[in-house]
Amino acid sequence: MPKDFGIGVSQKRREDVRFLKGAGNYTDDINVVGQAFVHFLRSEVAHATINSIDTSAASNMPGVVRIFTGADFEGVGGLPCGWQVTDRNNEPMQEPPHPILAQGKVRHVGDPIAAVVADTYEQARDAVEAIKIDLDELPAVIDMADALTENAVKVHDELKSNLCYDWVLGETDNEKVQAAFDNAEHITTLELTNQRLVANPMEPRVAVGDYNQATEEHTLFTTSQNPHVIRLLMCAFVLGLPEHKVRVVAPDVGGGFGTKIFHYAEEAFCTFAAKACNRPVKWTSSRSESFVTDAQGRDHVTKIELALDSENNFTAIRTNTLANLGAYLSTFSSSVPTWLHGTLMAGNYKTPVIQVNVKAVFTTTVPVDAYRGAGRPEATFQLERVIDKVARELKLDPVALRRQNFITEFPYDTPVALTYDTGDYNGTMNKLEAAADFDGFAQRRSDTEANGKLRGLGVNCYIEACGIAPSNIVGMLGARAGLYDAATVRVNATGSISVMVGAHSHGQGHETVFPQVVAEMIGIDESQIEIVHGDSSKIPFGMGTYGSRSIAVCGSAMVRATEKVINKAKKIAAHLMEASDADIELKDGQFSVAGTDKSVAWGEVTLAAYVPHNFPLQDIEPGLEETAFYDPANFTFPAGAYACEVEIDPDTGQVSIERFCAADDFGNIVNPMIVDGQVHGGIGQGIGQALLESCSYDKDGQLLSGSYMDYAMPRADDVPFYAVDHSSQTPCTHNPLGVKGCGEAGAIGSPPAVVNAVIDALQSAGHDVDHIDMPVSPSRVWAAMQS
Amino acid sequence: MYDFEFEKPSSISDAITLLSSEEAMPLSGGQTLIPALKQRLNAPSKLVSLAGIPELRGVSVNEGGMLEIKGATTHAVIAKQASSHYPALSALASHIGDPAVRNRGTIGGSLANNDPAACYPAAVLASNGKIISNKREINSEDFFQGMFTTALDEGELITAVQFEIPTVANYQKFLQPASRFALTGVFVAKFDSGVRVAITGASENGVFRWSEAEALLSDNFSPSSLDVLTFSTDGLISDLHGTPAYRASLIKTLTKRAVIAAK
Ligand SMILES: Cc1cc2nc3c(=O)[nH]c(=O)nc-3n(C[C@H](O)[C@H](O)[C@H](O)COP(=O)(O)OP(=O)(O)OC[C@H]3O[C@@H](n4cnc5c(N)ncnc54)[C@H](O)[C@@H]3O)c2cc1C
Repeated sequence: MPKDFGIGVSQKRREDVRFLKGAGNYTDDINVVGQAFVHFLRSEVAHATINSIDTSAASNMPGVVRIFTGADFEGVGGLPCGWQVTDRNNEPMQEPPHPILAQGKVRHVGDPIAAVVADTYEQARDAVEAIKIDLDELPAVIDMADALTENAVKVHDELKSNLCYDWVLGETDNEKVQAAFDNAEHITTLELTNQRLVANPMEPRVAVGDYNQATEEHTLFTTSQNPHVIRLLMCAFVLGLPEHKVRVVAPDVGGGFGTKIFHYAEEAFCTFAAKACNRPVKWTSSRSESFVTDAQGRDHVTKIELALDSENNFTAIRTNTLANLGAYLSTFSSSVPTWLHGTLMAGNYKTPVIQVNVKAVFTTTVPVDAYRGAGRPEATFQLERVIDKVARELKLDPVALRRQNFITEFPYDTPVALTYDTGDYNGTMNKLEAAADFDGFAQRRSDTEANGKLRGLGVNCYIEACGIAPSNIVGMLGARAGLYDAATVRVNATGSISVMVGAHSHGQGHETVFPQVVAEMIGIDESQIEIVHGDSSKIPFGMGTYGSRSIAVCGSAMVRATEKVINKAKKIAAHLMEASDADIELKDGQFSVAGTDKSVAWGEVTLAAYVPHNFPLQDIEPGLEETAFYDPANFTFPAGAYACEVEIDPDTGQVSIERFCAADDFGNIVNPMIVDGQVHGGIGQGIGQALLESCSYDKDGQLLSGSYMDYAMPRADDVPFYAVDHSSQTPCTHNPLGVKGCGEAGAIGSPPAVVNAVIDALQSAGHDVDHIDMPVSPSRVWAAMQS
Repeated sequence: MYDFEFEKPSSISDAITLLSSEEAMPLSGGQTLIPALKQRLNAPSKLVSLAGIPELRGVSVNEGGMLEIKGATTHAVIAKQASSHYPALSALASHIGDPAVRNRGTIGGSLANNDPAACYPAAVLASNGKIISNKREINSEDFFQGMFTTALDEGELITAVQFEIPTVANYQKFLQPASRFALTGVFVAKFDSGVRVAITGASENGVFRWSEAEALLSDNFSPSSLDVLTFSTDGLISDLHGTPAYRASLIKTLTKRAVIAAK
């Protein structure tokens, strides 16, 4: 009989039953009796001094409960940044304050100036329109290079400049790096932009603050990927509240892609205002608001240089990147262009000398922070594009060039601070070659050309680092948080199990996957196991879901807690069967004594734990509940090879993706169907970045793509049917499940494949084009073909 | 939204009376107006729904042989009911937005709005159409007066639209990647009297006719007739999705494709 539960089975997602029936419980579904609504007065200009705010007329409007301005938050902390980057001179980054409501100045379109709490949402909006503000507009700071010039207008007057930090990783001796380039046989340089993106989760952000005067307890319901992190940041840094009096609940979360990691002003506001108004306060972002308030992603401008010797071995890489942080430091923003980007610059290749230089810049735009992949897509894109370029220049097979330079021995210490524990890049590439049918490409190209179109094939590899850890190392690198996770396995008397986890699904399917692991370990059906997550009052202190960490970090904590449970259960079983602990075996939910036919069922043991009549009370406590915290020894390193085939209509420049193959090594896999889904979604997002999406500001700091009329999201017909293979598996060497994480891979690996394919198609028709910036829109492709 | 009164009359005359009050607006499919209201970009005192007026719905061929579509007929109904009379128009309607938009949005709402990237204006202009209002007939040449601007007076209602039916025609729409309106759209209609070519999505002045192409195609209805032309970039839209040069190129490419595809 095929296995029908546990690890490796494609169980259908149990949470989808409620999601598909419209029975999910999202934050906006939560309405607290007596709640009022807040609407924010947001800046319509990118940069201005606030002379005055006149709320007198607005205060008398119907339904208005209270109006807040920056003055109400003077004694309150600002939003903290969770990572202090140290620059190349050992100086800490410049860290400006980030107030809940603007203090004296606004710094991006959407910056909140005032907030009206009213009986209804429309009343709050009416009153916001009646607030009179007197602003002196200042020049917007948009272009990063301009922002770093000597006389640039400063986004934060109290800082020395618009430079947050100037950071270097890898070989810090410039002469050594230059020597490697001087000795090179061939050097290829590429300048490119990794454009800014809007995360666009399907569910916009929502916050509901509630305060109970009798118990002095706060509750914040919020759209978060990590409720404990929000509670800690908000209590310790912003509002100064005791954590034990604050409960943060993130119920079902409708997508996040990173942008729901961060602690936002609206969360702190609703918590603060609920007490100040003695009424629950609810904020629901409109889609328009989410375009100007959700932290955005990417936005790097990079020059990368790659040196090769006479045998085409990579000998050195040097990169210079300007990274846009926007107007303020969002929670993890500073770590993205540095420790999540520079550290990945070795890619899958054994380049001996690498130097990564990053200048992070303040501009009068929406803050930028982690977005699916966070730094790793930026690293992968530049590296895989420059490798593609050099292959074309030297007329080398791009796959062979990559294979020649692959890291093949593990563990491998990169020149950029990481140790890859395991991988098999040739094996993964073999899977890709088989799935992508490279041999058939020539025929497909000639078929396409017979139809008057161009066809291109793009290939690339990627490496990513998931489950960022261990805490002591990241602490040395500037992280102001630990990066462990936690799980509590609570076995009920009748044998069913509740698992309280620190990870929090925002679409990934934890409710399905996590029980598969516990079911496997105990040998009972998954239907007996339920996941509890998203509520700080129910779960142990875990760090949430991002960076493809849930199964690798929180899953490991769950394994450890389950092991503790099993060990204790074995002791109880041993007592029940009058045997020695060491002889007890657990299989298929039955405890047996080795070498005998004696056995007791899981349920009998659990019942004995809670009805301890026949129980070794002198040796062990009753009950069966264990908690484990798990701090990983290292990152995990999923890696893969992707191939994309495009067709281009030469008259219009329209690119269509005809084939897309992904071969990934995620180590061991708990639920193959869910992994497929994660890869599909990631590639869809990567194709969105490659072909469609662009968050653009004009020179005055107005968002040009502030709605779906101009911000192009990928739709079903923009993406092909994917061929996904994850049979190349080198298990992670340092976590108990041997898992690596799969959430971001697709978004990291796919953009270079698409752009490489477009360049291949254009060059096949004789166009002298070696790069087009994303999004590779029809008009850009057409323009490239005219030159 | 701001507060407004809502009326749902059952005849055109009642609708006109209701629309005579200050700041009243017709609401047809609401696909443009409702989002604008939600963003508080409009503040009508009263919305007069056209959805309950039977005489504003239907597709038929009139005595003069023109295809007549009533003002509040939805895109979905046009796609279905115009297909035997005027396949190119039916095809155009069937590619507007998504099913929800097509089952709500109406031709009258689209023409009154005159979005520079909308589809119907090209069809109406290329078909030498007429806009029929509660008080007059307006030739398509006179009706479209630039981006979001038409000849309609305050309170004037589009009750029907008439199209001359060409022998062959085709609409080529190149999608703007985000909105999927026309980044540029070209409607070519061949009549016994000559060829008409109308372009949408491209010009800062909204829909227009390409007279040079019309002359050449009237002589010889072949894509190669256009080889000698280059479209000037003057006055073409420049935005995130395309430069004037790109739009000029699309105009020519799409016109050729429409000639080839015309049936
Ligand atoms: C997602 C989406 C995609 C779309 N894609 C396309 C597309 O590809 N191509 C395209 O052409 N359009 C597209 N549209 C627009 C769509 O066709 C709308 O239906 C149309 O523009 C407006 O029609 P409506 O009936 O909804 O008008 P409404 O929104 O009800 O009204 C629009 C305006 O016209 C006025 N009005 C309405 N009816 C009349 C009348 N009979 N007489 C006088 N004034 C009137 C109203 O007062 C209002 O000012 C799209 C819309 C959406 C939401």
